[in-house]
Amino acid sequence: MATKENLEAYWKTNLKYLAILLSIWFVVSYGFGILLVDALDNIHFFGFKLGFWFAQQGSEIIFVILIFVYVSWMNKLDAKYGVAEE
Amino acid sequence: MGILMWTWIIVGLTFALYIGIAIWSRASSTGEFYVASKQVHPIANGMATGADWMSAASFISMAGLISFIGRDGAVYLMGWTGGYVLLALLLAPYLRKFGKYTVPEFVGERYYSDVARIVAVICAIFVSFTYVAGQMRGVGIVFSRFLEVDITSGVIIGVGIVFFYAVLGGMKGITYTQVAQYCVLIVAYLIPAIFISILMTGNPIPQLGFGGTLSDGSYLLSKLDGLNEALGFAAYTGGTKSTIDVFFITAALMVGTAGLPHVIIRFFTVPKVADARKSAGWALLFIAILYTTAPAVAAFARTNMIQTLNDKPYASAPSWFKNWEETKLISWTDKNNDGIMQYRGANAPDGLENELKVDRDIMVLANPEIAQLPNWVVALVAAGGLAAALSTAAGLLLVISTSVSHDLLKSIFMKELSEKQELVWARVAAGFAVAIAGYFGINPPGFVAQVVAFAFGLAASSFFPIIILGIFSKKVNKEGAIAGMLSGIVFTAAYIIYFKFVNPGANNAANWWFGISPEGIGTLGMLLNFIVTLVVTKFTPAPPEKIQHLVENVRVPKELSA
Repeated sequence: MATKENLEAYWKTNLKYLAILLSIWFVVSYGFGILLVDALDNIHFFGFKLGFWFAQQGSEIIFVILIFVYVSWMNKLDAKYGVAEE
Repeated sequence: MGILMWTWIIVGLTFALYIGIAIWSRASSTGEFYVASKQVHPIANGMATGADWMSAASFISMAGLISFIGRDGAVYLMGWTGGYVLLALLLAPYLRKFGKYTVPEFVGERYYSDVARIVAVICAIFVSFTYVAGQMRGVGIVFSRFLEVDITSGVIIGVGIVFFYAVLGGMKGITYTQVAQYCVLIVAYLIPAIFISILMTGNPIPQLGFGGTLSDGSYLLSKLDGLNEALGFAAYTGGTKSTIDVFFITAALMVGTAGLPHVIIRFFTVPKVADARKSAGWALLFIAILYTTAPAVAAFARTNMIQTLNDKPYASAPSWFKNWEETKLISWTDKNNDGIMQYRGANAPDGLENELKVDRDIMVLANPEIAQLPNWVVALVAAGGLAAALSTAAGLLLVISTSVSHDLLKSIFMKELSEKQELVWARVAAGFAVAIAGYFGINPPGFVAQVVAFAFGLAASSFFPIIILGIFSKKVNKEGAIAGMLSGIVFTAAYIIYFKFVNPGANNAANWWFGISPEGIGTLGMLLNFIVTLVVTKFTPAPPEKIQHLVENVRVPKELSA
């Protein structure tokens, strides 16, 4: 049922999901790809320096994953609170 | 068969396809014209968004740009993809739930103000026009280089095609042509990349070849670092921009992407809120396919270019070099009269002067020829470049036409318009917008090329904060929103205009505020917008009761009963 309390709980959970996913979003791009890039560059894997890889490839791949995780979390949340569209 | 013949055939076939789709998907109502009746499948919308988003700049220029600036090129890679996370999580589902046709419409209703709506319309038109002129120019350039017609005829052909499907089909026509254009452009981008990856690293997946080894057993990137340093350039995997500037430019591009009206309206076309989220995921996946290939292409092309040209006698230069010399995208001046082409950076250890001038666009355009790929691959690149430019232009033109017919005429100045009349106006506005874009494509005002990059800063500093606050706060009011939008865009535009046009001589890190270049200033403008909006809201009357309900309703997918 979409009662007022339920809607508030739904929104709070949504905000929690956003906080988790946007933290990861920030850490992989601004963190690993920009602020910590030189430190991470000391680590090598395959032919990449790690910081360089996050800046030019890794962030982009993780961004895609983040959105699909959000989609799946929210679909479950919509169903739990009965607020999905028919 | 020669390159020219192949190009005419492939470009001709793709154009015939676009026209066929346009005839099949004619729009007969404003709902179809503005948002394709909200019946677009989320995966199809993901592809359309990919094509809508990836412009001539992404397709033709980005890899070349990265290959010249190395690691700092990440500002474009992260900046132009990270915005989709913001879109998917913070904007698209809620704006889809709001369920109207345009971004200014949301601004106008959420902030219960025609003034806010008009400010938003002006921002939308300004951002879209600067962007579209660059696309038309791109169409003209591809035509002139590959099909040997002059730029003016090239632009006119491009304008004619866009006119046909945008005016006839509106959003519906644009959506399905963009799906086709995505397929053309991604195939055109990947085929040469895969070939080159195999040739250089033996790995058919460019993203892996990027971290792979060359035939001499050394890693591609270490080799490239070495080549760069030996010639007096900064190491490829090292940065030269300051950390704060990289941070701010990336943020401006990300937030700007999320605030661009032609991207946002794509999410109005799917059937449900859940589809809007899903569709953003697909869009980013389709975009990331190109965006993770681009840095690989950049590294391949640069290594290849240095190895085939540097310190080689001009007399034995490969044939592609002579072909592209005619376009002036690449040129050689024998400064020390030794007949050998030296490619050097500013501080070459051997003290030799640079003799080669290489335009960044050549890295993608001439790549297939440099790698000696078959003629049909070269032709495919031309068709891909055209698909990228036309699809973006069409999306922008739709924003301009809906802003005029829906936000200005129907909602403010000519409220008595019937739906039929509104549709006529939408087509007239689209027609005018195409014509103006074509004019700018043929006679580009000097500032266009420079301003396109700043469209992001302007979008970031105007739309993004007030849309976010409109969804995530019930308290923000119209006074705050109007003040915030105006201060954000005026501040950002003023900073850019000062350093780019009024006093370009001062455009260096010593004079920038906090070391932030004009490219990154939109981030500061965005923060200013947030602060001004919140402060003004605090000192002015709260929004009416019904706005609270509007916000509550936007936050859940299902329609709430009052």
